[in-house]
Amino acid sequence: MFAIYKKELRSYFINAIGYVYVGVFLAAAALLCCYTTLVSNSYKTTSYFTMLIFSFIILIPLLTMKLFAEEKKLRTEQLLLTAPVSIWGMVMGKFLAASTLFVGTVLVSCINFFPMYSYANTERLADEYGTTHIGPVTGEIVACVVGIILIGLAFVAIGMFVSSLTENQLAAAVITVAIILVMLILDLLNQYINVYAIRFVISWFSVLSRFSNFTTGILDFSAILYYLSIAGVFLLLTVRVYDKRRWG
Amino acid sequence: MIKIDHLVKNYGANCAVDDISFEVQRGEIVGLLGPNGAGKSTTMNILTGYLSATSGSVSVAGLDVLDNPLEAKKHIGYLPEQPPLYLDMTVEEYLIFNYNLKGCKLNRTKHLEEICDIVKIRDVYKRVIKNLSKGYRQRVGIAQALIGSPEVIIFDEPTVGLDPKQIIEIRNLLRNLGKDHTVILSTHILQEVQAVCDRIVIINKGKIVADELTENITRAVENNRRFQVKICGPQKEVLQMLRSKPGIIYAEVLAQRDGDAYCYTIESEVGVDIRKTLFYTLAEKNWPLVGMEALGMSLEDIFIAIVDQSTSKNRYERRDTRAKTARGRSDVEQQVAKKVVESTGKKQGGEFSALFGNDDESEQ
Repeated sequence: MFAIYKKELRSYFINAIGYVYVGVFLAAAALLCCYTTLVSNSYKTTSYFTMLIFSFIILIPLLTMKLFAEEKKLRTEQLLLTAPVSIWGMVMGKFLAASTLFVGTVLVSCINFFPMYSYANTERLADEYGTTHIGPVTGEIVACVVGIILIGLAFVAIGMFVSSLTENQLAAAVITVAIILVMLILDLLNQYINVYAIRFVISWFSVLSRFSNFTTGILDFSAILYYLSIAGVFLLLTVRVYDKRRWG
Repeated sequence: MIKIDHLVKNYGANCAVDDISFEVQRGEIVGLLGPNGAGKSTTMNILTGYLSATSGSVSVAGLDVLDNPLEAKKHIGYLPEQPPLYLDMTVEEYLIFNYNLKGCKLNRTKHLEEICDIVKIRDVYKRVIKNLSKGYRQRVGIAQALIGSPEVIIFDEPTVGLDPKQIIEIRNLLRNLGKDHTVILSTHILQEVQAVCDRIVIINKGKIVADELTENITRAVENNRRFQVKICGPQKEVLQMLRSKPGIIYAEVLAQRDGDAYCYTIESEVGVDIRKTLFYTLAEKNWPLVGMEALGMSLEDIFIAIVDQSTSKNRYERRDTRAKTARGRSDVEQQVAKKVVESTGKKQGGEFSALFGNDDESEQ
């Protein structure tokens, strides 16, 4: 498993795709942060994180599209499947590699908050009374970072599952984009639905509605469990795809 | 070392492997031979745990591949039909990846160096696989299979697409590997198995049609009963004499002539050496014999004979004969020879590739 993990991580940076992903992610994060906080004179990070989640629509497929599709095309999956590695080992190795890159980039993008903190410091010095809290709420930011990492992991698992279904990377990418897009806009659709029951179900499934608790600094256990379950289910499905192919 | 027991694999309604059973002992080199689509690759894929079987069992080094895949796979080195190479890696990175993947415990640098020396890829060790020629890629694939020094090595058509020099090198390599590994090799080239293997298992349409020691088949080939003779004398009478002579089952005039001598092809009965009697008979009649040349019975003939027969007959008897091979080799020889006799009436000097062409067409 560790060998596959290392190989995948390495292959992100042999091909341009790893650099493209990191570059685009950091640039997008920096721009969004700039426009949602600094430019609009606000310490509130909610809209920054929400918009960042939407950027996953494009970014996550970049990470996941090649994971299995390429192996299938080059017939190298035969090597992995005949090596003394379990299917779970293979899937987890790949998942962890994509996750490492994803989580790493999210953590690096946290430097975006430094300007806010430094502004806050100067503002606090200028504030004579010091009665109100000035500056970003660290708890909120931490909760949000945890939240988007979990959402991202769920999406990585989905993208990986899609990649295991096809040998065409582009097809894998497009389908992943579509799935993530639908999962994210479910919440927006909800505003136009009048039937309570449907709204309830949709908001239960919605990725974004569960994120709202994180934006207020709450580490919502049910949401954490929900995101982890999505990841788990799709990892399991990926394993099943390979199991089934063996028996087919 | 390897035990395949009543293995069946269906792809939907299509039966790729139909009740195959055979065993391979430690240190044996076995060739799986058969036309395209005979089920060779499927058998190998099941053996390596890439595919599962519909029924039957496969065990390697005493470990069932389906029940205990991880342990069993540790004993296997596999080179699939298309070498599974990561084109963007260098040879070194690729081999190190495989070393880690297989959880190899041997000293890494030393082990990889040894392998590179065996397959002769030292000079491309630092190059990216994408830029290597087909022959080198194949060798890197072989190197991959050797990592961890597995007891069982399985090669699926290892010499396809190589130039003649490389083919010879790889055959030598395989023969050397056979000294301390158990090797299974699939191919549709008869010379290859003849050159490399101790035993030949012929598969056609998912069934084993023959399982013989290579030397038995080779002996049957060398045990010549077909000759081209050049005789000076009246063509018709000579032919009549040849055809009426006891011991000769077939005689025909060839268009070819050598001075005033006519050329004939003759074939004797099994176990009869007609050369001497033929000489005396001709001397008696005063027809000088100016040439006699043995016509090699090619492995192609044998293959065609066996494959032809297999389509109609039950093959179980043949499997039983294998058990006897150690004791009654002459039995086997005679059987093989008989098959050839039966077939040569129908097909002469059959071109091997043509057989496959026909075979494929008939399947469609």
